Amino acid sequence: MRHTLDKLLGPVSVALVAITVWLGLFVTPPDAQQGDLVRLVYIHPALAWVALYVAFGMAAVCSLLYLWPRTRSMVFDRLAASAVEVGVVFTVLTLITGSIWGRPTWGVWWTWDARLTSTALLGVLFIGYLALRRVPAEPHIRARRCAVAALFAAVDVPIVHFSVVWWQTLHQGATVLNPNLTPTIHGLMAWTLLLSFVAFTLVFVWMVIARYRLETLREEGEDVELAEALVARRSEGVS
Amino acid sequence: MGYVDAGYVISLTTLAVYAASLVIRLRRERARTKGAGR
Repeated sequence: MRHTLDKLLGPVSVALVAITVWLGLFVTPPDAQQGDLVRLVYIHPALAWVALYVAFGMAAVCSLLYLWPRTRSMVFDRLAASAVEVGVVFTVLTLITGSIWGRPTWGVWWTWDARLTSTALLGVLFIGYLALRRVPAEPHIRARRCAVAALFAAVDVPIVHFSVVWWQTLHQGATVLNPNLTPTIHGLMAWTLLLSFVAFTLVFVWMVIARYRLETLREEGEDVELAEALVARRSEGVS
Repeated sequence: MGYVDAGYVISLTTLAVYAASLVIRLRRERARTKGAGR
């Protein structure tokens, strides 16, 4: 059962992304104000959703579970690392697609707006997390350092979310997850938007599973190499 | 190429390249682990 789901996840997520692209580019109507530019709404918010809430939320929860003595396990460290790496890819794409949308809408590729700046800062913080993982250390020491760093970086997530409420920004307010929870988008556009969220979330899940396996294999490989080196060293001593 | 096309092409290409890199790294690591375990 698990194996079947595993095998289906990749093709299903690719198919859903393809349907999203088809609906977003060819079926949904242009916006009354933004025209065809509104079609970016079917990728940009979904990428941001995955990066901010799914990836970095998962990294924060897994880091917390690692730091909590009763749930401490290297599984959570590996999951957090996997979520952060994939999350950084989604954050970069969020910034790029936002910039592409900003140029024709605001007249600039980039501005030091609260939403944009806090999102860029989040990306930088999690790139720092990935750099910290490369610093040589005992696995548990590295895991503890990284868990603390992830929690520190995750403080920026609510700042990004509420930046459009707390400060006056060029970026529009939340369309779906607004404070009143009254979505200001409807019809086919809303369904395509929802589909994009599901599609990109499934892509993220597939990527995290693959990245987690890679991390596990690396650690196993290091253990095997260490055991072989010890055996070779002992045999040197005998001869 | 318009702004919308550019947004879609960059996003989908980047995700495809990253997914491919994951598959390649996974295969390499599997081969390395098998080789080391022998």
